[in-house]
Amino acid sequence: MRLGHIWYLGIKELRSLARDRGMLVLIVYAFTLAIYASATAIPETLNRAQIAIVDEDRSPLSMRIASAFYPPYFATPKMIDHAEMDNRLDAGLDTFALDIPPDFQRDLLDGRQPTIQLNVDATRMSQAFTGSGHINTILNDEVRAFAQRYRDVYEPPVGLTLRARFNPELKEAWFGAIMEVINNVTLLAIVLTGAALIREREHGTVEHLLVMPVTPFEIMTSKVWAMGVVVLVACAVALTFVVQGLLEVPIQGSIALFLVAAALQLFATTSMGIFLATVARSMPQFGLLLILVLLPLEMLSGGTTPRESMPEAVQNLMLAAPNTHFVIAAKAILFRGAGLDVVWPQFLALAIIGAILFGIALMRFRSTIGTMA
Amino acid sequence: MSGASPHAVPGEEGAAPVARLRGVSLRYGKVQALAGINLDLPAGRMVGLMGPDGIGKSSLLSLVAGSRAIQKGEVEVLGGSMAKARHRQRVCPRIAYMPQGLGKNLYPTLSVYENIDFFGALFGHDHAERKRRIVLLTQSTGLAPFVDRPAGKLSGGMKQKLGLCCALVHDPDLLILDEPTTGVDPLSRQQFWRMIDDIRRDRPGMSVVVATAYMEEAARFDWLVAMDAGAVLATGTPAELIARTGTASLEAAFIALLPEEKRRDHRAVTIPPRSPGSDHETAIEARGLTKRFGDFTAVDHVSFKIKRSEIFGFLGSNGCGKTTTMKMLTGLLEPSEGKAWLFGQEVDPRDLATRRRVGYMSQSFSLYTELTVRQNLELHARLFEVPETEIPARVEEMVERFQLAGVIDAYPGGLPLALRQRLSLAVAMIHKPEMLILDEPTSGVDPIARDRFWQMLVDLSRSDGVTIFISTHFMNEAERCDRISLMHAGKVLVTDPPETLVRQSGAKTLEDAFISYLEQAVAEDDGDQTSEAETALADSMRGPEPEEPVRGGQRHFNLRRAMSYARLEGLELLRDPIRLTLAVVGSGILMLVMGYGISLDVEDLSFAVLDRDQTTTSRDYTLNLSGSRYFVEKEPLASHQELDKRMRSGELSLALEIPPNFARDIARGRDVSVAAWIDGAMPTRADTARGYVEAMHSLWLAEKARQSGQESALAGLANVEIRYRYNPDVRSVVAMVPAIIPLLLMMIPAMLTALSVVREKELGSIVNFYVTPTTRLEFLIGKQFPNIVLAMLSFVMLAILAVVVFDVPLKGSVPTLMVAGLLYAVAATALGLLISTFMRSQIAAIFGTAVLTILPAVSFSGMIDPVSSLEGFGRVIGEIYPTAHFLTITRGVFSKSLSFSDLHASFLPLALAGPAALILAAVLLRKQER
Repeated sequence: MRLGHIWYLGIKELRSLARDRGMLVLIVYAFTLAIYASATAIPETLNRAQIAIVDEDRSPLSMRIASAFYPPYFATPKMIDHAEMDNRLDAGLDTFALDIPPDFQRDLLDGRQPTIQLNVDATRMSQAFTGSGHINTILNDEVRAFAQRYRDVYEPPVGLTLRARFNPELKEAWFGAIMEVINNVTLLAIVLTGAALIREREHGTVEHLLVMPVTPFEIMTSKVWAMGVVVLVACAVALTFVVQGLLEVPIQGSIALFLVAAALQLFATTSMGIFLATVARSMPQFGLLLILVLLPLEMLSGGTTPRESMPEAVQNLMLAAPNTHFVIAAKAILFRGAGLDVVWPQFLALAIIGAILFGIALMRFRSTIGTMA
Repeated sequence: MSGASPHAVPGEEGAAPVARLRGVSLRYGKVQALAGINLDLPAGRMVGLMGPDGIGKSSLLSLVAGSRAIQKGEVEVLGGSMAKARHRQRVCPRIAYMPQGLGKNLYPTLSVYENIDFFGALFGHDHAERKRRIVLLTQSTGLAPFVDRPAGKLSGGMKQKLGLCCALVHDPDLLILDEPTTGVDPLSRQQFWRMIDDIRRDRPGMSVVVATAYMEEAARFDWLVAMDAGAVLATGTPAELIARTGTASLEAAFIALLPEEKRRDHRAVTIPPRSPGSDHETAIEARGLTKRFGDFTAVDHVSFKIKRSEIFGFLGSNGCGKTTTMKMLTGLLEPSEGKAWLFGQEVDPRDLATRRRVGYMSQSFSLYTELTVRQNLELHARLFEVPETEIPARVEEMVERFQLAGVIDAYPGGLPLALRQRLSLAVAMIHKPEMLILDEPTSGVDPIARDRFWQMLVDLSRSDGVTIFISTHFMNEAERCDRISLMHAGKVLVTDPPETLVRQSGAKTLEDAFISYLEQAVAEDDGDQTSEAETALADSMRGPEPEEPVRGGQRHFNLRRAMSYARLEGLELLRDPIRLTLAVVGSGILMLVMGYGISLDVEDLSFAVLDRDQTTTSRDYTLNLSGSRYFVEKEPLASHQELDKRMRSGELSLALEIPPNFARDIARGRDVSVAAWIDGAMPTRADTARGYVEAMHSLWLAEKARQSGQESALAGLANVEIRYRYNPDVRSVVAMVPAIIPLLLMMIPAMLTALSVVREKELGSIVNFYVTPTTRLEFLIGKQFPNIVLAMLSFVMLAILAVVVFDVPLKGSVPTLMVAGLLYAVAATALGLLISTFMRSQIAAIFGTAVLTILPAVSFSGMIDPVSSLEGFGRVIGEIYPTAHFLTITRGVFSKSLSFSDLHASFLPLALAGPAALILAAVLLRKQER
């Protein structure tokens, strides 16, 4: 192994990339527009939820309730009759149907605890769950406010002060922006190294390298460092200018520490890119493989949905994937301001997984390189 | 342009030309391929287009064949303008076109029989007729023993014979062959031309137009068009051209016809004799070198010895083992058997020291096109460890020697072939190797550049003592070698100086000598098949009374052609494991991933309590939480610092602080408040967690109130009864899995269908669609059909997976679901076809389809947010995109136990989407290349 070779081959990779306009556009897009778009495009969970009301009471209270639902959380309620309700739910026109029974207001004032029925289309999970909570609160508030004009209302003895830490207003944009950065680090690491290797193979330049006095280890290491540096720089720029600057997401921890985690992640994923490129025989096959590998990595790593709600087996299996550890470390550092004392287990795991992936990729690269030429 | 010939001579007096070109120009981006061509190609003759690669021969032929759209000028073929679609449709059954490249328009996974059968069906022959023709054609071409072999596994010569069979299956009047014999060994070449001659004897009216880079071949044609740089240099019979230029051979005549500035530096190659002292040292030795790939032996016990400073030539057809042998010598491939020595040292792939003594130049141009000429030279110098201080001088030397000064800072991709080839040689020489291994370095280079290149090689050998091991197709290059080896089917037939070979075989030329050696070898291999085949040929072509093929004016839909494409697509799918795996296993994997991944359930939230009260009441409060399935209690907290640290690490999603005197203050009726912190890093989860905590809190209060007899006071004013319909347990999978099926059933079938069309574009077999009577709809429906079948298979599999693995109840009508699935599969594949009309490369098709299907399917079709909640652009997409309607149906059938009568409103738009996309694709699909 000679460092000189690794250095010059890496410079060559960088020069090649600089001439590849398509890839450059992809990198710039992934770390600017894509982040901005995914941060701002995620709708708040409850947005223009479709609600229909069957008002069998037609009292001032029921009117008051109907007028409490308005955009942007809810679409203006449709007033329907009882017969329509099921059909509309079946056809997916409404997510919620509120049934206010006859004599609701009278029973309420008489203290008879009348019951409002809220029908929820529970196949629409996201709206169904948060929405019914909101509706419940709105109903209680309206009923209480209405009732307070007529009689005393009991206040519970113990209060609950709930605060959300690290993202007090629970802005989806913060989460979306950071997760997009994380996902794009993985995506680009695999695509850049994999595509670079396949391009060399398709152009016959791998063959050329192999007749020179360079070892497969040198070829592979040069690709890993060159592409790693590109993604790392792009990632640092994106965090500073797009995430902190444009999107005004406050970053709690040290960006430098995050970049160390990203570097470890890149070590693992660039190796993975090389491995996939040795399995695929052509660029299209690489594209198909990429989809099959990238989606599980991103969706099951805990970046999209919480890890703890996945089946035990999936959780354990995903411990072998670098993304899982990277997501845990990134969230801890960027959102919660954690230091190395907190995230070192993830760093260690990333380093081990990276070393294993690098080793496997190198073995595979050595054994297939002959057939590539 | 200079040299354009205004005086194109028609073939015979009075005979109408088969093709007439007037002012034809063609450019690809900045490159001018053809410049103002005026040309009449005589009918009933064997017309040759000669000239090196990349000068517009192929462009001209594709215009005549109608496979490429005319940009400027007029092209008349068989009495009508090729600019008119109706004329093209009428005459294409009379034209056969075999594009350049070995087996470019063949389907490599299909067998010989299936390939010819496919073409026969496109031209409207029925089954029996096709069978009869295939038997005749394969017998006459000697392919009969190989009818079941996949086209991809044929040798170069056999591929070209198969290409010819496919071209001849419909009895064309005009046969267009684009470099049919490039890369084919001399024997196969000879057989090929003999076949053409026989066919012409039987069908004297047939016109043949051939492009070739071999001057030896061109000499045998009736009439020639010499071309260079997109223009016609001269036309006439070979004798006329030679006479006009006053030269001895056609190659010399061609050089003489070239414009002055190209000819200026040309000198005939002179080869001084080798210095006598160098003979005793062996540079390369191979002994019993063998390479097997599976059960195929590519190189079979090859042995030879090459002396220092010798120029050693390797001759043979494509795929005969030349390249494999060279790769074993360079250490690129490990031999299965046998050994090789370079300078007395055994070749060891791990030994980097020998590599420094060797320079290698591969068949294709394989330098970095993204680096400039200088950067390429410097990189190679550094990798070969030329000392840093010597590099500038070394680069300078190479630039001078190989005349690269003018292009030193240019990128090689844009340079002419001859320059790139010199650059490759410069790079191979940068570390001053003692030996050069050159694999077909001169393919496609014009004769002048080739001579100049050879002069450089000769200088290297004679003045610098470099040993040169070179492979080539050109006989005149082989004649310049000190010694040559003839290779065939992995074996070295003979090794000797060229003149000795000619003398020994008693032939006139080296080519004839080579053919006689090959014939011997073939005869030993498989009996006397070739001569048999040749006699059979004449009979077969004369024998049958050819059925008049379906010709002309057919613009309506022809089921046979569509089914022919469908069969082709089906066979290709079955034989491509990666695509098939993606289609079947891939969607299953993705469903598992997404089913678990897009879970919106929040369970097992980890929490810990900072209990500063430590009473039964405070513990009771904690127990209230830890007893629920939504929360998991962790070690209690001791301090605020610990709380902070454990929340930062992400270990805790929720932390509670119960204040001191909690129990006492409650008892005394003072205001007490429990503090709770939720990890807000994941907003959706935090939102849900907040709901849980609030709910658990009120539950606890209610319980307390009940215990203290204040139940009625707390019970509130009114009850809200929430009924979670269709999914009473509010399980995420029940909601998500029926939504994932439409997503996967859109993305993957669309991608595979788009790929199947774009693959043909990228690999070149799309030309079969351009030049056969196949209509757009036939082509598209043919491509679509097998993909629909595949989509339905994966649909059934996904549905079973949903019920069995994810435990999602299937409550409604199964037939309704299946019909909807079929309509949706039609729509998804049609959408793939539509996307394919915009894409050129397979990789673009993959990512383009992913973007164009995932975004609308995930964001605008009600997977997460119902379409009715969307606004603006997203709403419009959601209303027309088939996924939205199919989603309503899958959710309806899976969870809401609905059937057709409840869902008919969603069926209409779903049923319309497929045909609409298909028609749009047919409108946008081009029937010619641009």
